[in-house]
Amino acid sequence: MKNSKLNETLTFDCETGNYHTFCPISCVAWLYQKIEDSFFLVIGTKTCGYFLQNALGVMIFAEPRYAMAELEEADISAQLNDYKELKRLCLQIKQDRNPSVIVWIGTCTTEIIKMDLEGMAPKLEAEIQTPIVVARANGLDYAFTQGEDTVLSAMVQRCPSSKIHGISENSTNFEKETKQKSSSNSVNLVPDEQKNSTTKTDFCEENSLVLFGSLPTNVATQLTLELERCGIKVSGWLPSQRYVDLPVLNENVYVCGINPFLSRTATTLMRRRKCKLISAPFPIGPDGTRAWLEKICSVFGVTPVGLVEREKQIWDSLQDYIALIRGKSVFFMGDNLLEISLARFLVRCGMIVYEIGIPYLDKRFQAAELDFLEKTCNELSVSMPRIVEKPDNYNQVQRIRELQPDLAITGMAHANPLEARGINTKWSVEFTFAQIHGFTNARDILELVTRPLRRNKALENLGWNQLVKS
Amino acid sequence: MKLAYWMYAGPAHIGTLRVASSFKNVHAIMHAPLGDDYFNVMRSMLERERDFTPVTASIVDRHVLARGSQEKVVENITRKDKEENPDLIILTPTCTSSILQEDLQNFVNRASLDSKSDVILADVNHYRVNELQAADRTLEQIIRFYLEKAKAKNDLIIKKTEKPSANIIGIFTLGFHNQHDCRELKRLLTDLGITINEILPEGGSVTNIKKLPNAWFNLIPYREVGLMAANYLQTEFDMPYVAITPMGLLETENCIREIVNVIKSYDSSYDFDFESYIDTQTRFISQAAWFSRSIDCQNLTGKKAVVFGDATHAASMTKILAREMGIRVSCCGTYCKHDADWFREQVDGFCDEVLITDDHTQVADMIARVEPAAIFGTQMERHIGKRLDIPCGVISAPVHIQNFPLGFRPFLGYEGTNQISDLVYNSFTLGMEDHLLEIFGGHDTKEVITKSLSTDSDLMWAPEALAELQRIPGFVRGKIKRNTEKFAREQNVNQITLEIMFAAKEAVGA
Repeated sequence: MKNSKLNETLTFDCETGNYHTFCPISCVAWLYQKIEDSFFLVIGTKTCGYFLQNALGVMIFAEPRYAMAELEEADISAQLNDYKELKRLCLQIKQDRNPSVIVWIGTCTTEIIKMDLEGMAPKLEAEIQTPIVVARANGLDYAFTQGEDTVLSAMVQRCPSSKIHGISENSTNFEKETKQKSSSNSVNLVPDEQKNSTTKTDFCEENSLVLFGSLPTNVATQLTLELERCGIKVSGWLPSQRYVDLPVLNENVYVCGINPFLSRTATTLMRRRKCKLISAPFPIGPDGTRAWLEKICSVFGVTPVGLVEREKQIWDSLQDYIALIRGKSVFFMGDNLLEISLARFLVRCGMIVYEIGIPYLDKRFQAAELDFLEKTCNELSVSMPRIVEKPDNYNQVQRIRELQPDLAITGMAHANPLEARGINTKWSVEFTFAQIHGFTNARDILELVTRPLRRNKALENLGWNQLVKS
Repeated sequence: MKLAYWMYAGPAHIGTLRVASSFKNVHAIMHAPLGDDYFNVMRSMLERERDFTPVTASIVDRHVLARGSQEKVVENITRKDKEENPDLIILTPTCTSSILQEDLQNFVNRASLDSKSDVILADVNHYRVNELQAADRTLEQIIRFYLEKAKAKNDLIIKKTEKPSANIIGIFTLGFHNQHDCRELKRLLTDLGITINEILPEGGSVTNIKKLPNAWFNLIPYREVGLMAANYLQTEFDMPYVAITPMGLLETENCIREIVNVIKSYDSSYDFDFESYIDTQTRFISQAAWFSRSIDCQNLTGKKAVVFGDATHAASMTKILAREMGIRVSCCGTYCKHDADWFREQVDGFCDEVLITDDHTQVADMIARVEPAAIFGTQMERHIGKRLDIPCGVISAPVHIQNFPLGFRPFLGYEGTNQISDLVYNSFTLGMEDHLLEIFGGHDTKEVITKSLSTDSDLMWAPEALAELQRIPGFVRGKIKRNTEKFAREQNVNQITLEIMFAAKEAVGA
């Protein structure tokens, strides 16, 4: 270990922003699967399309509910009318797939040519009678998972504000307008009311809880069950499995995020829908899950029972993996914003974190998580990691060469070259697609983290660690 | 606007980056927003590159949008110049920079004042050309740049080598089996007594470009990339080129004859006995000629096939199937729309119909209509085949990682003919086998057999747990079901709820 003196506090740096990450439009990959009645239309160029088709690999062959509206030269030079073009494509989508919502993903190109998607959407929505949600998930402003943040914060506006009236009571202006203009289409927009009316329970009704962040349905079920065990009813998820089942949002609703990259959504929930935000660490790792549950319980005035035992039980089941990584060092190059939470969990597992690269750090939204990280480092008396926002990959590779960490968590552009130089790597994007939330999935995180180390065990003594000519 | 789900050829900058990163010690800087450096992932993953891909981005963000790139691009170029010390830095425009309309050439001019390396701006327009056209253009641009530079410095030696020699132009990174083809071509030329002067761009050095005119001729193995450079070299330096793709026995023969003609035009005393070389290779070294006479291949006679791919591979494959194997090509096509005329001319008389399109749904519809016994196409056609239950041999980019094999798998030259025969034969027999299985009721093991553990059990699955089970991917579902039931039994529970399911997962740690 290089830094011999212990860092007492977290240090924050900001570099040049020359780093590798996925384009935020990649969020369509998991969101179209999550929201089953949606269709995602990415309005961009061949570059966007090429990225999606290659990054999503085989998924593209499974008739996905997403497509490119590929801009051609005539669109760029405004020889074609954007509105007419989009109308033509959306009608085609409506005819072929009949989705409950079309999500337009704005890209760099629509930003630069200043295509007024937000302005066109309500008009077109009224005309074709299918809701159109606009999210500007572009590489000019955002990185990777922040794409989901832009989509969810746009969806917040579409959530009904009370159960009885459904979406039609929505507070946003243009929706009302839309409704007045075409009163006949209300059938489409009003969800099945019976579906929304939850059965009476003894859970606290006054203040309901809505969780935000897209998770695979079984992970969402697991977290819902954990809260139910504590006596707290989850009244809805944003996003829900179907667009027509979006949760009710108003000033009586408490909201809590399950992923660290949802700061825009959190802001929108507070400012536009007057929801009350519960700031907690994120339910990643058994420590994070317990802290998350406890924080929610404390807000609802519930004393959780058996959480400590439950956490311990999970830790016990992880011992074989923890033995592999205890005392080992890790370097996060940073590309998906999960880094702080993962680092905190790995410190708790006994690892030493040299650096946490992160594309963007919202210190307010991640406040509880940052505190928890600091607390964890103190409790285990390990050096505080250096947090580097907008990292510079070139500089990072130099630091990795110096520090020789036992594991670098990095994007695929750097993984193979680092491996060839004897540095173990774990491809960071896997953490985004694997199931890592809650008690149940803690093992899956360690499964990923330990994989290169277990591979090394299998191949040790072969003497082929350096595979480039020096 | 165009509704698109998939594309055969990528955007222009990918072509430029492929050429740039094929050269040694050349660095490309993309003028692009965050996330557009996906090329690095592709090269690192598909080619399993050990070295860092020499491509970085000069990031276009909000600030750039508001104020222009200003010093940023210049700084990034000079920084890379110091860090990596490359011979050449290529500033690569993307779709984003082409609508920002910044004066990138000006940045290049300024940066080249401070840099030790040469700096050029890739001359490609995102909205006019695709990946392949851009690669062709960039390769020509680099070659022209260095030859003109050498000319200006009086550094150019246009003296032919003493022995016959050739440049191979167009081998590059992420090309379909390019590395293997290159090795096979070198062998072929060596057999003919021809030395290799330069291979570009793969593994080539820009400092050696000035030696290009020393070769007697240029060999352009692929139609898509290299022709522009070859034409330039012909006009400027009077260098002849051979652009017959040596794929399949007959085309390899044609290619060799053409090469011999070129060499004889320089040196009429060149007395290599190529007739007997071709004859020996065709009849005895390559197995393909014998294969097409063997009774296996007889069974393929008149079977229907569909071919789709880039112009080079689709045209060559069509000719091989029709002329060398007696297979009926019902339809052949290419996505290289810019080269449609050449393609039609090549396959004229060897297929029933020609399809020129870059829309994969049209290709799928054609395949569904034709119902061939086998498809030879790209990864997209492989997936179309999967859906329609028709076997497919992959013969052209775009491709996946499995099309970058570690073993020696050329498509060109005499070894290439062996590989192609295997590919064709395996595709068809697999198809026949499938068909016979269908007739005789199929394998009896299609469903995953669950061990008796669960079949006669007293365990009850709650409906929501059962629904959860259905959501688990098929290939592990059986295992998870068994593990859960085992866990339930150990816990003396006879109703499996969601909670039990998750508890079982936690317990077994799977």
